[in-house]
Amino acid sequence: MKLKKLTALGTAAVMLACMAGCGTAAEEESGFSVAMITDTAGINDQSFNQSAWEGLQEFSKASGVEVNYLESKQSADYVTNLERLGDSDADFIWSVGFDTADALVEVAANNPDLRYAIVDNSYEDTPDNVTGVVFKAEEPSFLVGYIAGKTTTTDHVGFVGGIENAVIRQFMYGYEAGVSYAAKEMGKEIQIDVQYAESFSDAAKGKAIASKMFSEGCDIVYQAAGGSGTGVIEAAKEAGKYAIGVDRDQAYLAPENVLTSALKKVGKAMSIVSEKVMNGEDFGGQTLSFGMAEECVGIPEENPNMDPAVYEDAMKIAELIKNGEITAPATEEEYTAFLESLK
Amino acid sequence: MNKIADALKKPVIRILAAILLGLMAAGVILAIAGYPPAASIAALGKGIFSKPKYISNVIIKSTPLIFTGLAVAFAFKTGLFNIGAEGQFIIGCLASTLVGVTVKLPAVLQIPLILITGMAAGAAYGGIIGLLKAKFGIHEVISGIMLNWIALYLSNYVCMLPAFRKGDTNGTDQVSEAGRTLILGAWKKTGEGAAVLKKIPVFGEILLKTDANIGFVIAVLTAVVLAILLKNTIKGFELQAVGYNKYAAEAVGINIRKNILEVMLIAGAVAGLGAALYITGNSPHKVTVLSAFEGMGTNGLGVALIAGSSPIGCIFSGLLFGGLLYGGQALQYEVGAPTEIINITIGTIVFFVAIIQGVPKLLEKYGGRRKGHAE
Repeated sequence: MKLKKLTALGTAAVMLACMAGCGTAAEEESGFSVAMITDTAGINDQSFNQSAWEGLQEFSKASGVEVNYLESKQSADYVTNLERLGDSDADFIWSVGFDTADALVEVAANNPDLRYAIVDNSYEDTPDNVTGVVFKAEEPSFLVGYIAGKTTTTDHVGFVGGIENAVIRQFMYGYEAGVSYAAKEMGKEIQIDVQYAESFSDAAKGKAIASKMFSEGCDIVYQAAGGSGTGVIEAAKEAGKYAIGVDRDQAYLAPENVLTSALKKVGKAMSIVSEKVMNGEDFGGQTLSFGMAEECVGIPEENPNMDPAVYEDAMKIAELIKNGEITAPATEEEYTAFLESLK
Repeated sequence: MNKIADALKKPVIRILAAILLGLMAAGVILAIAGYPPAASIAALGKGIFSKPKYISNVIIKSTPLIFTGLAVAFAFKTGLFNIGAEGQFIIGCLASTLVGVTVKLPAVLQIPLILITGMAAGAAYGGIIGLLKAKFGIHEVISGIMLNWIALYLSNYVCMLPAFRKGDTNGTDQVSEAGRTLILGAWKKTGEGAAVLKKIPVFGEILLKTDANIGFVIAVLTAVVLAILLKNTIKGFELQAVGYNKYAAEAVGINIRKNILEVMLIAGAVAGLGAALYITGNSPHKVTVLSAFEGMGTNGLGVALIAGSSPIGCIFSGLLFGGLLYGGQALQYEVGAPTEIINITIGTIVFFVAIIQGVPKLLEKYGGRRKGHAE
C-alpha cells in the first residue's frame, strides 16, 4: 500500500512539474540575448571553451544581456545544438572552435535570418550571416618566446603542440620567433625542441613529451595543446622546471612552475563582437582578427616566477608589437622571412 | 503487497517503475544542487517533445544506441557480455568512412558497399573477441575492454594519416554525397528542394533541419530479425542453450566454441552496421580524432540492460536513452543544470532496473512474514 501511495505521489509530482514548467517556459524574455555552443572539449575544459563562457558571463554582468550555452558531447551534436539555439530566443549565436566550422555552415544555410559567429575559424568563403573571429596567437606566443629566451639558463627550450594545424602553427612560429629574437638580443644561440602530442586531450602524452624535453636539457616548455598541455605543466612541476601556460592564466595549475601564460582572451573578443552586434553593427561574411592592439591577447600582469627585469623588457616588446614595429610570424614563410630580418 | 509483487514481476511494469524512480532520484539530486526539480523535468520533456524536429533528433540520436544495444543484448542472450561493442562501433565507423571517402560509385552501389564494409569490419573486430574466448578461453570482458582502447587509438591514428586527413582538420574527409543515407539528402541541399520542403508543415521541417536518415528503420528491422533468429530458429535455440547452461548444451552435442565465435561475429556485425549508418546518416559524415570514448558502446550496455536483453525491447530503451541524452541538453539550457545530471539519471534508472528484479521476491518474503504476524 505504502508503495502505491508513493507511486501516486510520484506521478502527481511529475504532473505538477510539467505544469509548473510550462508556466515558466511561457514567459518570453525580452531584450538581446547571446548563446554559444562548445566543442567536444566541454564547458569546463580549463581552456578555450571555459574562457569563452567566462567572457560571455562577464559581458552579461556588464550589459544585462542574457547569455547561455549548450555543451557538445560528440561532433554529431554540433548541428543539433546549433539548431536548438536557433529555436531559442538567442539573437546572436557563437560556435566555439574550428571543429564546429562545417556544422555551422550547414546550420547557417538553413537559418538565413539568424546571425552566427565562429571562434578560431576563418572560412575561405564566409556565409553572409556568419562572422569569423580569429586571434593573432603568434603575438602572445612571440612574447612568451621572448620571455623564455630571456629566462632560460640552459639555452634550450621546448614547444609542445596539440595536433598540427594552421592555428597551432601560429603558436609555434610566434614562439620560435620570440625565442630567436631574445637570442639575438643577448647574442647567443638557443635551441628549440618542437613536438606534437597528436591530441588535444592526452595529458599523459603531453607529460611524457615534456618530461623527455626536460631530461634532454630544456628548462622551459611552452605548450599549445589543450588538455595535453596540462600534462606538460605537471611534468614541469615534477622536474622542477618551467612550463608556459596557454589561452588562460594557467599559473593556478602549478604556482611554482608556470613561468607565464600566453593569453588568448576568447571571452573578451566575444564580448566586444557581441556588444557591437547588439548595437546594430553587422559583420556578416567577414572575418575579424584580434591581437595585441585590441588587448585580446597578451600575458598576465602577475607573474611571480618571472624576473621583474624580464617582465619590463617583455612589456617593451609588447609595445613594439602593438605599434607594428615587430610583426610576429604566423606561418612558415613569415617565420623564415623573420629569421632573415634578424641576421 | 503481493499485488505489487505480482505487478513487478511483469518486465514492462518493472522497467517503467525503474524509470519513474530514476527520474525522481534525478529530481532529488537537482533539488539538492539547487535547481528547481519540477521545472527541470519539464524542461527535459520540452526538449524532447516540443517540436517535431526534436522528436526526429531523438530518433536519430537513438539509432546508433539501438544498434549497440542489440549488439550487447544478442551476445548476452548467449551468455557473453559484449563490453567490446564500443570498439566494434569505432572500427565500423572507421572502415565505412575510409571506404566512403576513397571509393566513388553511384549511390545504389556505394551505400550497400559502405554498409557491408562497416558490418564486415565490426564482425571481424567482434570475431577477435569470440576467437580469443573460443580458442584460448580468454574472458570476453578483458579482451573487449582492451580491444576498445586499441580501436580508439587505431582510429585516431588512421584518421590523421596524411592519406586520409583532410587539410588542417582533426579528421578525415566527409563521406561522399552518394554514400549518405539521409532521406532526400542531396535534394534538400538545393535551393529548390529547400523551398519545397519549407512549405510542408511538419515533415518539411524534420527533413530540412535534421539529419533524417534511414538508420532507424534498419535498426527496427535488425531487432526483428534478431528476435526471430533467437526465438524461431534452431540456431537461436542453440545460442540460447549455450547462454542458459553451456555444460548442458555441450552435453546434448552443441558446439560451444563455434557458437561463441558466431555470436560475436553477429554482435560485431550489428554494431558495425550501426556505425556505418551513423557515419552515412549523421553530420559530419566523417571520423575525427576522439579525445575519449563517445560512449556508443557503453550506452549500448545500458540500453541492453534496461531492455532485459530483449531485441525488441532495445528499440524502446534505445529511444529512452536517445531522448534523455538529447533532451538533457535542454535541461542545461533552460535551467542551467549541468548535463551530468542526465548521466546520473540514466545511471539511476539502470541501477533500479537491476535491483528492482529482486523486489518481488523480497516483498513476498518480507510482506508475507509481516502478514503472518498480523494474523
